[in-house]
Amino acid sequence: MKRLIPVLITSIVGTVLVFSVFFPMAETWGEDFSLFFDIIAVFAFFLGGGNLVRVHLIKVLNKKGDWKFSIVTLIAFAITLTAGLFKFGSVDIAASVTAEGTWMQTIFNNIIAPLSSTMYALLAFFVASASYRAFRAKNREATILLIAAFIILLGRTPLGMFMTGWIPEWFSIAQIPNLAVWIMNGPNLAGQRAILIGVGLGVVAMSLRLILGMDRTYLGSDHD
Amino acid sequence: MLKHIIMLVLMVGLMTAVGWAQEEGTATDSVVQQTLAAPPTNVQAFDTPNDNGHSITIEWDISADDGQGLNNVVKYLILRSATPDGQFAEIGAATPGATTFKNSGVKDDEDPNYFPRETDFYYTVSAVTADGGAESEVVGPVRGEGQFFDTRNGPVLVGCLLFTIFTIFFIRKAKSGAKLYIRPLAGIDAVDEAIGRATEMGKPILYILGLGSAADIATIASFTILGRVAKKVAEYQTSLIVPCYDPIVMTVAQETVKTGYYDAGRPDAYNEDDVFFLTNQQFAYVGGVNGIMVRQKPATNFYLGKFYAESLIMAETGSSAGAIQISGTDEVTQIPFFVVACDYTLIGEELYAASAYLGGDPTLLGTLKGQDWAKAGVIISIILGIIAAVTGQTWFTELFHVGN
Repeated sequence: MKRLIPVLITSIVGTVLVFSVFFPMAETWGEDFSLFFDIIAVFAFFLGGGNLVRVHLIKVLNKKGDWKFSIVTLIAFAITLTAGLFKFGSVDIAASVTAEGTWMQTIFNNIIAPLSSTMYALLAFFVASASYRAFRAKNREATILLIAAFIILLGRTPLGMFMTGWIPEWFSIAQIPNLAVWIMNGPNLAGQRAILIGVGLGVVAMSLRLILGMDRTYLGSDHD
Repeated sequence: MLKHIIMLVLMVGLMTAVGWAQEEGTATDSVVQQTLAAPPTNVQAFDTPNDNGHSITIEWDISADDGQGLNNVVKYLILRSATPDGQFAEIGAATPGATTFKNSGVKDDEDPNYFPRETDFYYTVSAVTADGGAESEVVGPVRGEGQFFDTRNGPVLVGCLLFTIFTIFFIRKAKSGAKLYIRPLAGIDAVDEAIGRATEMGKPILYILGLGSAADIATIASFTILGRVAKKVAEYQTSLIVPCYDPIVMTVAQETVKTGYYDAGRPDAYNEDDVFFLTNQQFAYVGGVNGIMVRQKPATNFYLGKFYAESLIMAETGSSAGAIQISGTDEVTQIPFFVVACDYTLIGEELYAASAYLGGDPTLLGTLKGQDWAKAGVIISIILGIIAAVTGQTWFTELFHVGN
């Protein structure tokens, strides 16, 4: 019974959502079901917050490894929660929690946004280190990758045109910028579409397994 | 003297005539400026096809003054009334040059955007210029009626039905005991080896479910693989760390891991705190995961699910920490990053296949076989489509046309 009811819910909701694509009269049913997901998501925030506090509190109380980081997490969580819950800095209690002048906006603009940007900026360095490893011409495939990447890099900069701009118009495909466009729109796009077709079929197969109740791992244990 | 009088009379007459002419000219100009634009013509209103009935489409030919400069149309107003001679209310606007407008709404009659089905309406379209508007003739009555089947999705339905038939055929074949050959996936074959390595090194295994929600197919596929990994981890008595981005995903992951430990006969070894919520801020999550990698130095990292810009930051950090890494995602733009930074990568649908592959159930393997045959069908269709396009046989490509 513990598994039967969730499997039934999955099958019914899955079937209705598939029907809503093909039968216009059922398309609003899909929207109605998605409302349930939103309702569950609200409760999930309590689950997430509760778990965060519990895990880090246990770490601090037991002085487990790196427990000092947990103190920082708990303090940051408490400050953000308080600022958001009581709308500190807001002149009107009915105003948005992120309105101009609120603590939440100050926290977001001065702490969260800069830290997120910093992490994102690190991507540039990771791309460089990953490229260095990927572009070592250790075999045939890696050599092709290296040449293609080199053409794309040159093609996206003025240097590409500077180097090959002299090639006559009747053979303009050999100009590096045009070659870069051809690689992106030809082999690259074909490869991406091949993966997307596979993903599409995989999604249908996976959905079929879920709707038919063949794949039940996501439902967890039968044990109490 | 008489001569002078005649000349004076002629001059006065001439000046008067010029004055009249100027006055007439001014009057003519003002008439030109006040002339209204030509109204839109050939206005048609009809029930929007292939919808649920809460919509009517209005089409028209543009005003003769649209794009003509002096008396240019600045917009088209669409007006609606319940009766042909009643008060017409503005329901929307279209830009100059536009020839169609969809008057649609929702089915909820308490919603301000409610649009009733099977109710008669009359429409008129007004071409608006700087000097006012010129309305077309009134058209109607017209009513929105829902269609049973969306004909635009016909080819998709046929494809889905064929695929389902394929799959059910192979499931039945697998159930009857036939041995199905499934191509090996290097990434899945490496799972046991990676867990064994972590056991030998006495270090934990880090499992990342990605940034997807529990409603994403990639995340659901990842749950199945997590279940298998958890079972192996319990058997080998290694530790498992699962930091989650989404609270619902965390809850499902806790249940999945618990099941793995139960299936391995070691429920006592299960620790709920090993599967925990980190944050649902993308780069804060990256920071948290990277911190775990750097401090705890896991021997094996799994990245299976939905990933975005954070994929390379995490995978490169894991690589520099010396972990063996297995990844898989259906996000096409992130696959190259994983291929570069990880030891094994499940590309696209291999992630979904892996969940069936690891399940080991013959019925699940039947779906994989059906998937492979469907792929063969797609390849044949593409080749035939190329030949048809080259030889001008457009009827073949039209068979696959989806949409309007």
